[in-house]
Amino acid sequence: MNFALSEEQQALQGLVRQFLAENAPLSVVRERMAMIEPHDAKLWQRLSGELGLAGMSIDEEYGGLGLGAVERTVVMEEMGRALFWGPFFSTVCWSAPLWGAAGTSAQKSEVLPGIAAGELLSSVAWLEPGRGRGPDGVQLKAVLEGDEWVLDGEKTRVLDGQIADWLIVAARVGAGLEDISLFAVRGDSVGLERERVPSVDQTRTFADMTFRHVRVPREALLGEQGGGWPLLMRSVDVAACALAAEQVGAAEACMDLSVAYAKVREQFGRPIGSFQAVKHRCADMLLQVESARSAAYYAGWAAGALGADTGRAAALAQAYCSDALFFCAAECIQLHGGIGFTWEHDAHLFFKRAQSAKTLLGSPTEHRERVALELGL
Amino acid sequence: MNLAFSAADEAFRNEVALWLAENLEGAFDELRGRGGPGDEAEDLLELRRAWERRLFEGGWSCIGWPKAYGGRELSLTQQVIFNEEYVRAGAPGRLGHIGETLLGPTLIAFGTEAQKARFLPGIVRGETLWCQGYSEPNAGSDLANVQCRAVRDGEEWVITGQKVWTSQAPWSDWCFVLCRTDVDAPRHRGITYLLVPMRQAGVQIRPIRQMTGTSEFAEVFFDGARTAVDNVVGQENEGWKVAMGTLAFERGVSTLGQQLGFCGEFERVLDIAKQNGASKDAVIRQRLADLWIRLEIMRLNALRTLSNLDGAELTRGGMITKLYWATWHRDLGELAMDILGPEADRLAPGDYGLNESQRLFLWSRCDTIYAGTNEIQRNIIGERALGLPREPRPGQEKK
Repeated sequence: MNFALSEEQQALQGLVRQFLAENAPLSVVRERMAMIEPHDAKLWQRLSGELGLAGMSIDEEYGGLGLGAVERTVVMEEMGRALFWGPFFSTVCWSAPLWGAAGTSAQKSEVLPGIAAGELLSSVAWLEPGRGRGPDGVQLKAVLEGDEWVLDGEKTRVLDGQIADWLIVAARVGAGLEDISLFAVRGDSVGLERERVPSVDQTRTFADMTFRHVRVPREALLGEQGGGWPLLMRSVDVAACALAAEQVGAAEACMDLSVAYAKVREQFGRPIGSFQAVKHRCADMLLQVESARSAAYYAGWAAGALGADTGRAAALAQAYCSDALFFCAAECIQLHGGIGFTWEHDAHLFFKRAQSAKTLLGSPTEHRERVALELGL
Repeated sequence: MNLAFSAADEAFRNEVALWLAENLEGAFDELRGRGGPGDEAEDLLELRRAWERRLFEGGWSCIGWPKAYGGRELSLTQQVIFNEEYVRAGAPGRLGHIGETLLGPTLIAFGTEAQKARFLPGIVRGETLWCQGYSEPNAGSDLANVQCRAVRDGEEWVITGQKVWTSQAPWSDWCFVLCRTDVDAPRHRGITYLLVPMRQAGVQIRPIRQMTGTSEFAEVFFDGARTAVDNVVGQENEGWKVAMGTLAFERGVSTLGQQLGFCGEFERVLDIAKQNGASKDAVIRQRLADLWIRLEIMRLNALRTLSNLDGAELTRGGMITKLYWATWHRDLGELAMDILGPEADRLAPGDYGLNESQRLFLWSRCDTIYAGTNEIQRNIIGERALGLPREPRPGQEKK
């Protein structure tokens, strides 16, 4: 039994932390989030080329590093600490494992080497406007006409959807609740309209999409026909485990900001961190950050280990880490007082990320209900 | 990162489980599930003493101690596994745990060879029971304020004063007592760590009736009690250092066993919710799921702390442990009551006959107080883990 990171994993952690601190500090995040299109292709190339991050989870035969979910956990923690805005989560943590799990070798050969090289981006188009997260929420239709599938419908909240070269689209292929298939669709397909939708959390980008008779070849079917829902749900769980790590990194950043400020900010003639009212809130942050880290590391292990219950780990980690990040981000504002309420201070960036992250793959309430069902309630 | 135990560890686990199954039989069967928090099971005292001796005979006492002092030097992982299996088997609360986990390691670190030779064998054999004389009416969170006096009289120390919240006092043979021995020194430097025999005329014990109606804690009055000068641990007036050193011996080997015990309590609360229909309530479902998640994380925290024993994370992981479990346990108690609804108020016939849920609810109010209140825990985390400045303490320089 060993919960510690290996030397290689610790080295990866150090490399990524240093790379992001040098190339993507919060001042750069701010510049990027103000742009119409924040994606920085050059930085993404360096991230892929120098660190191999774009292909870290991709098998070596497709040009990747063949690393596991624990390594994604390590990297995501650093991404969260830096509030990295790039398409790492959508492409590397969510799409790439899904391509790997569901793709034929032809599909993988077409997409994965490009992702690993930092040349292609990919995302998952799942949710639809005004519909829920259950299988009945997938109403975008796919109909087989001759040798082509024709897709009609709408998608919403597609992470980095406006820049993705490939989309994995969940579509309805029959009337049964789970008659759902996944399709590999090029981002520039004829009939596909994509529009970036502004978001309160400007450190992530989302797109809405309309599919009007989007035609894809028969071989665009990803996985078994009608077998898309379990594949999608499994991929959501795997991605949720990575998201939890991102939340841990962001939560720790909030704690570090708060503690550093509490040591230097003086009121009533002494540092505010010497007041128990402040100190105890910092202690509560540490308790939640460390516990969230335990949950996220466990989830990272469970996402890759044979026989581990990924769904259970994902629900546990998402419920706890979402709340932990929100708590730390909210406390970070409160502890900074007036300055924490300004646009100039970084606290609001974390606070907004905290809120958007906890709705990304299911709210803490939803994840707890999932746990309740598993407990036989 | 590998969250599975090794084959060797699993073999050890089987060995422990087998021994416990074979030995918690016959007369000892009666001890199953007894002697936990809120249940000191005084009626079973002789049997519990016999159980301590049985553990020794089986080679299961002081398993983490150095071999030179009668231990087995088992690895941390094996100690953790032993504790887990011990709880899983429903084996009784340990009468000897204060000697094994607090006094023994303290003597091994700070004691003279003569003290080790005299006191350690009795602990290993499960024959000598110890209690802790730290808290006083005016020295709770502010422990360095102890006022219990010890004055030198020839070859003996004479002790006068009061200790409080001493668990296991009525049946303990010895007590390790923090006494003020220099009233003129700065308060951390006038304390001596004394080993005092409990069975003497100058020691009087009064059980404290707690809000549970039971008396797991006691007050201990020293009125001219005596102990030999040889029974000072560490140097005279340097007892504070020794007492603080004791805290560092807590390496979390029992946290997994404790977590397993909590799992049992949680399951029983869960069953009540399923049976009485409270589980249909959306808020109750959320609270149960939340507690289950935090219970799982309690185990993960413990595993992670144990995996990082040489790293800085030990400090952080170890420091949150008490605050984490105490708060969790208190929350479980509150939820148990809310699940029972009005029925939670119904007392069984007899002498304030609490059921398990009621005992949990009431007992868990002391979890967040003893062994460092939640507030003290937060101070420790804030100051030692996060490096926040200490509160200015006007009493600091007071003598």
